Amino acid sequence: MSVAPDSVEKVVREALPQFGVEPDDITREATFEDLDVDSLDLAELSQIIEEEFGVALKGEDVARIKTVGDAVDLVVSRSA
Amino acid sequence: MPDQRSALVTGASRGIGAAIATSLAADGWQVGINFRSDEDGARRTLEVIEAAGGEGVLVGGDVANGAEAIVSVVEERFGPLGCLVNNAGVTADGLAVQLSDDDWQRVIDTNLTAAFRLTRHAVKGMARRRGGRVINIASVVGPRANAGQANYAAAKAGLIGMTKTVAVEVARRGVTVNAVAPGFIETDMTRDHVDGVVEHIPARRVGQPDEVAAAVRFLASDAAGYITGTTVYVDGGMSA
Repeated sequence: MSVAPDSVEKVVREALPQFGVEPDDITREATFEDLDVDSLDLAELSQIIEEEFGVALKGEDVARIKTVGDAVDLVVSRSA
Repeated sequence: MPDQRSALVTGASRGIGAAIATSLAADGWQVGINFRSDEDGARRTLEVIEAAGGEGVLVGGDVANGAEAIVSVVEERFGPLGCLVNNAGVTADGLAVQLSDDDWQRVIDTNLTAAFRLTRHAVKGMARRRGGRVINIASVVGPRANAGQANYAAAKAGLIGMTKTVAVEVARRGVTVNAVAPGFIETDMTRDHVDGVVEHIPARRVGQPDEVAAAVRFLASDAAGYITGTTVYVDGGMSA
């Protein structure tokens, strides 16, 4: 069963501040580059997502993700 | 030093590994003493640690297959790893022209691939906890030649390369990754090869396992928090 986009977005929103992101800056359209979230941060975010939803994101997946929305959509599609 | 006091030393039943485990325990680390076949040796390491008031746990298992299971035993007992020492190593010497695929692969699997798998597993948690230490036991062989050890040299040079890159990847998380490169140290592995070696060592003597352990102990300490991606040679000047 696929996970709900809202629950993925909630986890992402909760996780990003630990990488120094201001909660108010987090939108679906915001790019990780603008948010100053780097590749190691994304690897860590992938771990959190895997723990929460059991969806494993590989390095090549993470490399394609540009925005917060991309990350949410990818997790939702992978969980289907 | 990271809050976590849990450490794992692979190949700690004797020689350099046993000295490292004992030395870390003396600094307050709770040490997983990994061994593949020499349980008696590992038990002796544990006895020395406990006699000095330290804590340790025996962790049997071949690092070449089952790296994560080895870490799990230590983490269940002492909590998330704060320090990993990749020390386990094997040799299967022979001139390159005569070196079999099996002997090549076995040395690469244990000395390099297993160290990578353990490192990958350890730094994942360390990065999230914002601190940790990985110390890879390399060798003067690798950065420099040693006829008859193409496999060992490749593995140890690879270990130094891996150390540098992983160090850079996780540096901003407070995790340090370094290598210690022993020269000619008096252990079971080298005992039969001592003759004629000393004259090639500027210090004119072989080293002792404790002298390697001292470098590891320092790199694991709080004081070494700004040292990462480097290789400390403990070789009596051989590499100078």
